[in-house]
Parts: sequence; structure tokens; C-alpha cells
Amino acid sequence: MNVILIALIALGAIGLIGSLLLCLVAKKFYVYEDPRVGQVEEVLPGANCGGCGFPGCHGMADACVKAKDSSNSLGSLLCPVGGNEVMAKVADILGLEAGAAEPKVAVVRCNGNICARPKVAVFDGAKSCAIESATFSGETGCVFGCLGLGDCVKACQFDAIRMNAETGLPEVDEEKCVACGACAKACPKFVIEVRKKSAMKSPMPKRVWVDCVNKDKGAVARKACSNACIGCGKCQKVCKFDAITVENNVAFIDSEKCKACGMCVSECPTGAIHATEPVMIVVEKLKAKKAEAAAKAKEEAAKKAAEAKAAADAAAATPAEPASENKQEAPKSGEQ
Amino acid sequence: MKTFKLGGVHPAANKLSAGAPIQVAAVPAMVAIPMAQNLGAPSKAIVAKGDKVKVGTVIGEPGGFLSSFVHSSVSGTVDKVDVVEDATGKKVPAVFIKVEGDEWEETIDRSQTIDRNIKLDKQQIIDKVKEMGIVGMGGATFPTQVKLTPPPTAKPECVIINAVECEPYLTSDHSLMLAHPEEICIGVQILEKAMGVNKAYIGIEANKPDAIELMKKTAAAGFPEIEIVPLQLKYPQGGEKQLINAVIGKEVPSGGLPIATGALVQNVGTAFAVYEAVQKNKPLIERIVTVTGKSVAKPGNFLTRLGVPVADLIQAAGGVPEDTGKIISGGPMMGKAMPDTNSYVVKGCSGILIMKNAEARRKEAGPCIRCGKCVQACPMGLQPNFLARYSELNLLDEAEEERVYDCIECGSCQFSCPANRPLLDWIRQGKPKVMGILRQRAADAKAKADAEKAAKEAAAAK
Repeated sequence: MNVILIALIALGAIGLIGSLLLCLVAKKFYVYEDPRVGQVEEVLPGANCGGCGFPGCHGMADACVKAKDSSNSLGSLLCPVGGNEVMAKVADILGLEAGAAEPKVAVVRCNGNICARPKVAVFDGAKSCAIESATFSGETGCVFGCLGLGDCVKACQFDAIRMNAETGLPEVDEEKCVACGACAKACPKFVIEVRKKSAMKSPMPKRVWVDCVNKDKGAVARKACSNACIGCGKCQKVCKFDAITVENNVAFIDSEKCKACGMCVSECPTGAIHATEPVMIVVEKLKAKKAEAAAKAKEEAAKKAAEAKAAADAAAATPAEPASENKQEAPKSGEQ
Repeated sequence: MKTFKLGGVHPAANKLSAGAPIQVAAVPAMVAIPMAQNLGAPSKAIVAKGDKVKVGTVIGEPGGFLSSFVHSSVSGTVDKVDVVEDATGKKVPAVFIKVEGDEWEETIDRSQTIDRNIKLDKQQIIDKVKEMGIVGMGGATFPTQVKLTPPPTAKPECVIINAVECEPYLTSDHSLMLAHPEEICIGVQILEKAMGVNKAYIGIEANKPDAIELMKKTAAAGFPEIEIVPLQLKYPQGGEKQLINAVIGKEVPSGGLPIATGALVQNVGTAFAVYEAVQKNKPLIERIVTVTGKSVAKPGNFLTRLGVPVADLIQAAGGVPEDTGKIISGGPMMGKAMPDTNSYVVKGCSGILIMKNAEARRKEAGPCIRCGKCVQACPMGLQPNFLARYSELNLLDEAEEERVYDCIECGSCQFSCPANRPLLDWIRQGKPKVMGILRQRAADAKAKADAEKAAKEAAAAK
């Protein structure tokens, strides 16, 4: 009995001293933190992906509270994972109006698939784009394009980017991508760009982009890859919104200015400009119209030539034939 | 026989072109001289289309402190200033010159007489070395004038000449020693004078007995302060830190400059180039390139003007063999594989190695079995298995703790790995990142110290 009592008293005493010490230490070394930081952090997704530009969700929460205190608005702060929904909650906690930020998505700006960009060398080092890029110019003739070893895939925390075995290029899953930019940072060739998801507010993503980053002169770029942008500037001329710039032999579409009208897509001679599905329907129509106009012009020219020839010569039956062929073809492409 | 203390490996030497005399490679109709031929900032082209140049005319000026002059290696007309591929296929600016005749600058002494009398003084030698565009000829192409002006705290004691040529296959330094022993010794004396020391060692690996004997004989006849040091065969003995350790037994401190041991290391090719620059006023316009490989018809050593297409040189050695799997600029251990033969000979190109398909491909990498062979092989006493893993996982703090910045990228770890793991590939990723962090930290500390000092001074002024 005595032994148990001594043990209980001794343990109790140790516990008491320990708790007193802990209390003292907690008081002495107390660091004040705004309680709102904790509240904000709770509504953030907790992925700690760094897509917002801060080290983890705690850093973001801290930045949000500081932004409220200094400028009384959240400014350009955005959690790419949670999107507007989460930012609205954050704004609610801090007593602010929620601003709606444009949703963004990662876009792979290279279309040098296996067919378009033949291999000229073999790299058999460690399977990493960063290593291949540091070692030499790459397996294909294009020094600027995707290396296809999947550093972006490894960098993605949301399983939103995968290699397509058929093309040898990465593909972004629009549903899963949160535009955190980790893939863009991991790419040693700077092929991936985080762009506005849509040019307009629409349920379907409407965007247009140049699928190439090759800065070589047109002929060199074309030789390395048949899908390359050759920097001809046709798209720049046709753009009504001043969204396209051609610099270092490669075109770039500013996603802030682009209205996704699709004019440039139908104009590009190498097919280097790509667009999402809804825009492509417009583009097809544009292309059909163009083909029709071209066919009409050809027909008229042929007619004129035929008339001129008929007037000059009796044997005028042959030149009319190609014109009639064109006539048949034109409505066909229109239907498509 | 001496050698360095830690690690090292023994790759098969394969010196196929050893003893082959130096052949003079033909000058093609057009050369392209790249402007990035040295470590550090590339040079700036100062000629334009249509300019007439002679052999030795300056065509490129240094683009910074760590940079050097580039001279025309042929006489003719500048065709264009464009870009060319370097050995790794990356684009670098270059001057294309259409060759017309072979007219040299009048200032260059082209006589064969050997001039033993060094007239220039210390500073004049360094200026001359800079003016003549001399860089480290072993392959690292570090501008020589920068190396000859060490920080004022350093106390140089001796010059060590690197004639080790530990890379398998390469024989350019070997053939140079057999052809020009006396010129090399005078070059060494010039380097001694530039550094203000009176002792020099020439380290030669034991697989070149003819060179060791010839250099010993030459040194005995009039160069008493030059000592020839035969070295035991081991890779990477030609590494600066390893050579210092092998020859004088001292160790370069981690993170320090090699000059901290009192030794200045220069390649034997550099010594010869310095002789030609100082005594003959001849800029660095040509070098010896070994073209070799097991299936090459005529492996040999070619005295080649800079800017000659690599393809021409391979043609001179019998063309690209049918079973070629890989063409390397440099040696098999540290050289760079070339994606094609569209590049041009530069100052640092010591050899062109053509490997057969069977030996060129890497074997598939397996898991690490923790055997520790890489740790044994590492000449810097590092743990390459950990360094590679940390670099792969981007654990930079751990990589720094394991001193990734001390890696000399010799490849001994990868060579010795029984699981064929790409250790060096990964370490090469982590090392520059850690170096960047260290530099940033040093810069931040300096900025902070400066700010504190300024604040103190301001307070004192008040």
C-alpha cells in the first residue's frame, strides 16, 4: 500500500512540476498569430502545392490576412486549386467582397509528335528532361521543343498531365488541372504555359494558342518539324484584336487580348495554331468559306480563260474540265 | 611510383594512336570559328562580312573578365557571322571564313629555331598570354591569363604540368611531348617566371615510357628545376586536385582554389601554346586532335587549324565506320557525345572518339544494391549513391551536407556501378543548384555586412 502511495505522490509531483514548466515556457515564448490566419487556412485545400506562389497553404493564408490589413482587398491572390469558390470563402472570413478571377489552365506549346519531328539522335542517359536538356540539343532536330521524358508528369500533384504514348507529347487533363504551374516550372525547355482557360465567359473552354516555341528561322524550323511555326506573320496580319506578336521567328498569342475568333487558325500555313473544340467549328466554317471563295475565283478565271480561248481558237473544250471538277469539290468541303 | 590517395578507377587505356606521328590536317575551303571557345563568357566577333583576314588576325574580343581573344586560323575573306552547332548540338555564334591562300600576320615568327631566351617580364608574359587567346588545352578551356593571376593572398610555390592524359584513347598530349620536348620545357619556364616560382613538376602516367624518358633527357639538358614525375596508372589522375595530391602530396581544401596548396597546374598543351605565344608571337590557332576508335581505319593525331569541320577530320582518319554507335568530342570518361558531325574544331577539342554500336549504348539501370563501389571509386571522398538520390529527389539541403559541390564530375562512380545507375547524370543536376544556393547565401551575407557597416558609419558620423 505504502509503495503505491509513494509512487502516486512522486508521479503526481513530477507531473505538476512538468505542467508548471510547460505553462511557463508557453507564456514566455508565446508568438502571437492572427487567429484569422488559422481560420483562412482551414478553408484552403491543404494541398501545399505552391501554385499560389507561397510556400504552402499557411503562407497563402498569412498573405491573405496581410493583404486585407494593408489594402483591404485580396488583390490578385488566388488559390488555383480551390478557385473562386475557396477565395469567396476566404473573402467571407476576412469580411471582403470576393472578386472573380479568370480560371487558367496549363497548355503544352509543342506539337512535334513522332511523325512530324523525326529523331536524329538517341539519348540513353537517365530518363529526365532536365538531364537531356543539359547534356545536348535533344533527340530531334528541334532544339526548342518538348523532350518527351515527362518531367512535367512527375511534377504534377494532381495527376492532370500525362504522356501520350502515340504522340510522345504530354497532354493536360482540363478537368483536373488547377493551373498551379508546377509543370511549367519543371519543363527545362519552357514549353508549358499557364494560359487563360477561355477567351470569353463560356461554359466551353474557348482558347487559341500557337503550338510551337521554335525560335529558329522558318526553313530550319520546318526542316526539323513539319508542325513548326515558321514566323511568317500571316496570323499577325489577320488578327483584328492585336493579340498576336511575332518575335524571334515564332508567333505568340496574348491570352488577355485574344477573343478566340479563329481567324489565325484558318490562316496558318503549317497548322501551328491550335484551338479548342468550339473554336474549331468556327474555324472549319471559315476554312470552307475560304475554299468556296477560292474555288469560285478559280472557276471565274477558268471561265474567262475559256471565253478568251474560245474567241481565239476553236478547240476550247479542254480548259473547261478542271473548272467543273472544282465545282463539285467546293460544296463537299462546305458540308464538312 | 606516386599516385593520388583516394579512390580512382582503371578503365582500359586503349591508346590506339600512341606513337603515331603528328599529321598536318588539310585546310578546307571554308572554316567556321565559334566565338564560345572558352569557359566563361563567349567572345564578341569584331569582324563583318567581306573583311579580309590573315592567319593570326584577331576576330573576337573577350566578352567579359573570364573570356579570351579569338584569332583567325586561316587567311581569306569573312563570309558571314552566323551561328553553328557546338559539339553538343547547341547553337553558338561563329565567324565563317572563306579560305584564300595561306598568308600569316607579319608579327608571327614562323621559323623552326628554338628560342630559349625569355625576354618578357612577369606582367608582359601574362598580357601576351591574354593577347594570344591562350586557354587551358586539357579540355576545360579556362582562360590562362586568369589562372596566372591568382588572388593576392595565395603564395605560389611551384608549377605542375599536367601531362597525365588519363582519359582512355586520347594521345594528343603524348604525341606533343614526343615532338616538342624542348619547347614544352621552355613553356614551363615561362609559366614559372609568370608565377614568380623556381620549381616545376611534369606529371606523366607510366603508360608513356618513351615520353617520360625523352622529357627526362630534355630536362637534364638545361632545365635543372624541372622534375619529371612518373605516375601510377589511375583515372582521374589528370584532375587538377588529384594531380596536386599525386605529385606534391597536398590536398586542396574543400571549396578552396587549387592555388591554396601553392601549386599552379597547367596542361602540357597549354605550356606549348604559351611557348609559341611568348617566344614566337603566335596566337592559339591550331591544336593537336586525336581521332581514334576501335573501328576507325587510320587512328591518328592531327595538327588541326581551329574551325575545321569535325566531319573533315574524321574523313582524314578513314571516315565514319559502318558500325558507329556514338561519336564523342573528348575522351570516353568526360567527353561529350555529339548528336551529329556538324560541329567544328575548337580550342578545347582534344580528341574525337568513334565508338562501336555495341560498346556505345548504356546498359539498363537496375536498383542500387548498396555495394559501396561508387564510394570506393570517388576520388573526392564523397558518397555518390546518396548525392545522386538527393539530386533526383531535389533534397538540396542534404546534398549540400554531403558536399555535392566538391564533385569534379569525373564519372568514376558511374563507371564502377554494377547496377549501371546514372549516378553522374543526377549529380550534375544537383550540383549547380547547390552552388547557386551557396553563391546566393554568400551574396546575401555580403549585402547584409555592407548594410551594417554603412549603418555603423552613419551612426558614427552623427
